[in-house]
Amino acid sequence: MTSEHQSWGRFPRVSRQAAHPVVWQTESLPVSSGPLLPHGLGRSYGDSCLNEGGTLLTTPTLDRLLGFDVATGVVRCEAGVSLDTLLRLVVPRGWFLPVTPGTRFVTVGGAIANDVHGKNHHRAGTFGRYVRRFELLRSDGSRRVCSPEEHRDWYEATIGGLGLTGLILWADVQLRPIHNPFVLTETVPLENLDAFFEVSRESEPDHEFTVAWLDGLARGRRLGRGLYYRGNFAPPQLEGLPLRKSHLNRASGLAVPFDLPGFSLNRLSVAAFNWLYYRVNLLKRGARLQHYDPFFYPLDAVQRWNRIYGRRGFFQFQCVVPHATARDALRELLERSAREVPSFLNVLKTFGSVSSPGWLSFPRPGVTLALDFANRGARTLRLIAELDRVTREAGGAVYPAKDAGMSAENFAAYFPQLERFKPYVDPAFSSSFWRRMTSASAVATSPLALGQGTGEGVGVPAAVPL
Amino acid sequence: MKKVLVLGATSAIAQATVRLLAARGAALYLVGRNAANLDVVAKDAATRGASKVEQQALDLDDFSAHEALVERAAQALGGLDGALIAHGVLGEQKACERSWTETEKVLRTNFLSAASLLTALANRFEAQKAGTLVVISSVAGDRGRQSNYVYGASKGALNVFLQGLRNRLARSGVAVVTVKPGFVDTPMTAHVPKNKLFASPEQVARGILRAADGRKNEVYVPARWALIMFIIRSIPEGIFKKMKL
Ligand SMILES: Cc1cc2nc3c(=O)[nH]c(=O)nc-3n(C[C@H](O)[C@H](O)[C@H](O)COP(=O)(O)OP(=O)(O)OC[C@H]3O[C@@H](n4cnc5c(N)ncnc54)[C@H](O)[C@@H]3O)c2cc1C
Repeated sequence: MTSEHQSWGRFPRVSRQAAHPVVWQTESLPVSSGPLLPHGLGRSYGDSCLNEGGTLLTTPTLDRLLGFDVATGVVRCEAGVSLDTLLRLVVPRGWFLPVTPGTRFVTVGGAIANDVHGKNHHRAGTFGRYVRRFELLRSDGSRRVCSPEEHRDWYEATIGGLGLTGLILWADVQLRPIHNPFVLTETVPLENLDAFFEVSRESEPDHEFTVAWLDGLARGRRLGRGLYYRGNFAPPQLEGLPLRKSHLNRASGLAVPFDLPGFSLNRLSVAAFNWLYYRVNLLKRGARLQHYDPFFYPLDAVQRWNRIYGRRGFFQFQCVVPHATARDALRELLERSAREVPSFLNVLKTFGSVSSPGWLSFPRPGVTLALDFANRGARTLRLIAELDRVTREAGGAVYPAKDAGMSAENFAAYFPQLERFKPYVDPAFSSSFWRRMTSASAVATSPLALGQGTGEGVGVPAAVPL
Repeated sequence: MKKVLVLGATSAIAQATVRLLAARGAALYLVGRNAANLDVVAKDAATRGASKVEQQALDLDDFSAHEALVERAAQALGGLDGALIAHGVLGEQKACERSWTETEKVLRTNFLSAASLLTALANRFEAQKAGTLVVISSVAGDRGRQSNYVYGASKGALNVFLQGLRNRLARSGVAVVTVKPGFVDTPMTAHVPKNKLFASPEQVARGILRAADGRKNEVYVPARWALIMFIIRSIPEGIFKKMKL
């Protein structure tokens, strides 16, 4: 059976890929002719959650809550449990996720395998730091409970390990306490990139959550114009705080019902969106109390919003560049992307120096920028290659969870512990991304030749309308 | 239903129903064949808010254990006011056609074991003059079709048994609810290409609890199956027997 599973960016599209739902921890892994790869909710954008010619071990059926200690805030659950399910369980009892990505529809296994980060990286570091233990099932049938004390090497290889070290069955996650489900937030307008650095420096000491949205069209002196969001969980007493009823909660029945035709996202509509977004949110300047849901998960309000990019899908590009080179590198990255059909969402945030146990973890001290681009074939791939090059020259790194175009050579440079990691890859596991990054002939090829180096001999070109 | 015995608790539909019951704070006695799998379902129920969870691994094809099982569940929960019979096998029609042993297995698990359990449960509920018996049957029991008549027959027999039981228990205030799901997207149907007729186990679970709360007699979940099965039942046998359904 071929599976319908695609990644969130819906590029590259895979055609020959089977799916095997994992239902019980007691099961052994299926015997399959192609390689295996765990798959959560497919919220990775590129090809790291895809396995052309192989089998996806789908985990949303491995979704039991195994225990929650309300006193210590440690929750144990199977790896397919979503952050959404966890929040519903723990928030009413006074706890919250220690680190959360911008969507609640990811699994715990996926959050570990990509060692995800959130708006509090400068304080808290990555998700992997809060994973106390987990159990790893390998294709040879062996099972290991991994933690900083037991099988430490497997623990470190698997956090950020891109699903390649085996299947995570369950995990213990340490939560953080909250008084109530509200966040006290503030929106600060940014005139340009310099303002971002200034506001970041002044905000980070007293704000747990920080992130900036940039207008993808602003250029020249205005380059980097945007809005800076900062916030903290609300104190125990809400009296006197600017709470509005509309912030209490919201129904999210909205969904994009079908693929919008590709032309609906042109320069003009994106320009209009960015302009409108800037104006509307500028009005919300100042402090206010907000329910955690719209604060952390604004995009979850519209289900399947990835369809606005049409059938050809889109690319997200996220990189981090060290503080020393950040100003110049970001300027160049933003200028180059503004020349393309401008990115719908430009997100900028600083990463702190709290390190992760994961060998292949992406976050590192510096500034991270995320951009997305509608897929316009070779042209977009060329742009990604340029952004990849600028990142490399700045001494930064690209996030595999968002990648469909970095070069294999750059991947090796971004992740210096790659050679240490390789022996931990399960011999029966692989992914489209992994083959693209490691097959011998891929090293020399540019992203434009994507796929020609994959072991299977099947790849992207057929899907790229050149 | 506050104190509920769940038979076949590791099936996808039962698990989804158990979660809803747990969220309401029900006390649960869970029975399934595989002890390790049953254990994670029990932990899940406890974590989601069940006021009490007890479990017992048991092969329900062993009819001689049924009386004692019901007794033990009632003791563990301090009484019983609900039971959900959710265990069953799909069987394989072609294998059943070739072998009586295979056919008998399907009839034993789906009909005989349910009838045996219902005998023990009905007597207890009748004596206490209260309670709700919920049994998961199938639309397949509405009409025999060449593609799965052995499974269909096991469910058809179950439906008639439940009708009679409902009739008998009506005067003692015990509800007997027959639930007829259509296609459900479970791991067991993973190999079947999905279409719009497939419902999720969660959807079916909500339908089951709605029917149980409303003390309904027979319900189709999702409800559209009532119409589909009405049409299928209405086709004259002379025509039906030539159809490939
Ligand atoms: C709107 C949106 C916002 C986002 N915001 C952020 C953000 O702020 N920060 C951030 O870091 N990321 C962010 N992401 C990316 C997302 O958090 C990650 O890609 C996440 O890993 C996706 O999890 P998933 O369950 O969907 O896993 P998938 O995408 O299905 O898989 C991700 C990886 O996990 C592996 N995996 C899954 N389950 C298991 C398992 N049980 N055992 C072993 N490996 C497993 C897979 O093999 C794959 O390599 C965002 C994504 C979206 C769509």
